[in-house]
Amino acid sequence: MTVKEPILELKDVHTYYGNIHALKGISCAIPSGDIACLIGANGAGKSTTLLTIFGVQRAKRGEILFKGYPIHHLRPEQVAAKGISQTPEGRQIFPRMTTLENLEMGAYLRNDKAEVADDMEWVFDLFPVLKDRTRQLGGTLSGGEQQMLAIGRALMSRPELLLLDEPSLGLAPKLVEKIFETILEINKMGVTIFLVEQNAHMALSISNSGYVMETGRIVLTDRAARLLENEKVKKAYLGE
Amino acid sequence: MDNASFIIQQLINAIFLGSIYSLIALGYTMVYGIIELINFAHGELFTAGAFIGIIVLAALQNMGFVETHFVLTLILVFGMAMAYVAVLGVAIEHVAYKPLRKASRLAAILSALGMSIFLSNGMMLSQGVSDRAYPAIFGLKGFSILDARIAYGQIFIIILSLVLMVALNMFVNWTKLGKAMRATAQNQTMARMLGIDIDRTIRVTFMIGPALGAAAGVMVGMYYGSVRFDMGFIYMIKAFAAAILGGIGSIPGAVLGGIIIGGVEVLWSAFLPSEWKDVTTFVVLILVLYLRPSGILGEHVSESRV
Repeated sequence: MTVKEPILELKDVHTYYGNIHALKGISCAIPSGDIACLIGANGAGKSTTLLTIFGVQRAKRGEILFKGYPIHHLRPEQVAAKGISQTPEGRQIFPRMTTLENLEMGAYLRNDKAEVADDMEWVFDLFPVLKDRTRQLGGTLSGGEQQMLAIGRALMSRPELLLLDEPSLGLAPKLVEKIFETILEINKMGVTIFLVEQNAHMALSISNSGYVMETGRIVLTDRAARLLENEKVKKAYLGE
Repeated sequence: MDNASFIIQQLINAIFLGSIYSLIALGYTMVYGIIELINFAHGELFTAGAFIGIIVLAALQNMGFVETHFVLTLILVFGMAMAYVAVLGVAIEHVAYKPLRKASRLAAILSALGMSIFLSNGMMLSQGVSDRAYPAIFGLKGFSILDARIAYGQIFIIILSLVLMVALNMFVNWTKLGKAMRATAQNQTMARMLGIDIDRTIRVTFMIGPALGAAAGVMVGMYYGSVRFDMGFIYMIKAFAAAILGGIGSIPGAVLGGIIIGGVEVLWSAFLPSEWKDVTTFVVLILVLYLRPSGILGEHVSESRV
């Protein structure tokens, strides 16, 4: 792996849902500027990992470091203020707010109005269809549009690290491709991306590094290109 | 009185009563929208507003202030009642609801009922059990359209309600804090992940809702000329029905529900024995719960789609 400074580091993180031990000691380090992906079956704990990073779920043990500072004791609104944003599972669009308002909420913590307006133009450049939907309520958008809006909203905070939970879920193949192209484009702007995906092939093909998760543990860590060639990964996740 | 006058008269009555119910219903619906709790203490907050109004108004009247500064008097009476009850609302949220935010729904409801009983008894002890007369600052002055008598007090109350509702609408739709409040109501976890301090948005909701209820309390006191510690109960029931009818959680729904409940009540009183007018509210409530539990503008369907 690269020797770049990790922007995000998890050290032996444990998370519980009541008595259920959902994360059983997750450790990973994501270099600044990379795309890293977390793949694995349903229920392996991928979404829980992202929610734990954000403080929505509390890590019971272990450490989470963002740019070297511990964030595992922070509440979600404080994590957001550090420069992390997330498009969570299910997109979580505000259904009775317009596209424009959803995007504005993404920039809630910012006061630099002019630059927020620039970033909104950037989001509209990335996803032109949103520009035609500005006055439409979030709840009435199609699944694909909601996914684009969720990513756009996450970008509006101008994050250093973007956590994406299953951006391809439920989308037509053509749209999936478009979303992944856009993820690469966002990454080129300097945003580090941590991607959770079931579509392992797509995810690994755009990532620098990959993590394979099984029942609350990371069982395999390698460069994404090598995971694509790994026999076990091929068999279990790439359907080859 | 000819037909046209009769219709005008009843229409004004309906709008008047409807705006009062709407103002109270807004408090229910906003609080429900943001923390999914029926704030049973809301009726008492309405009554508290009426009492603060009477205290301020009586003091100003003793000073001879009312005659010389009529408009300023109204601003002071409504302003102080609303401000005081806003603080009370936040205090109640902090003491009775916030600690139970993660507890079961039932625990929070019981806490709300307890708060209602506590406030009601507090007002009984401090303000007495009998009716208190409200200084009649509008008197019976008014004007006529055809044969319909319209009191200045009624017109003032209708206009003030309208102003408050428009201001609320501007706040929730145009300001950053207002939008953050709606975001919190629609998806708390996501709101937090965007950096919204939901404790703050909930506090603001518990300022605005009760303040609107307090304004309604002062209006009722001024118009009907008296207040009592338990006057909030019947208004609470009607406004609650209005909020459910409009679709609990929906701000336009609360206004619409209030106007309909007020309208039905006035219509009933116009043609049928008025002792039975309160029953109409319950009939409407039962019909709504039976036929369309999500209310006229309730949006549970679209919410579950997302």
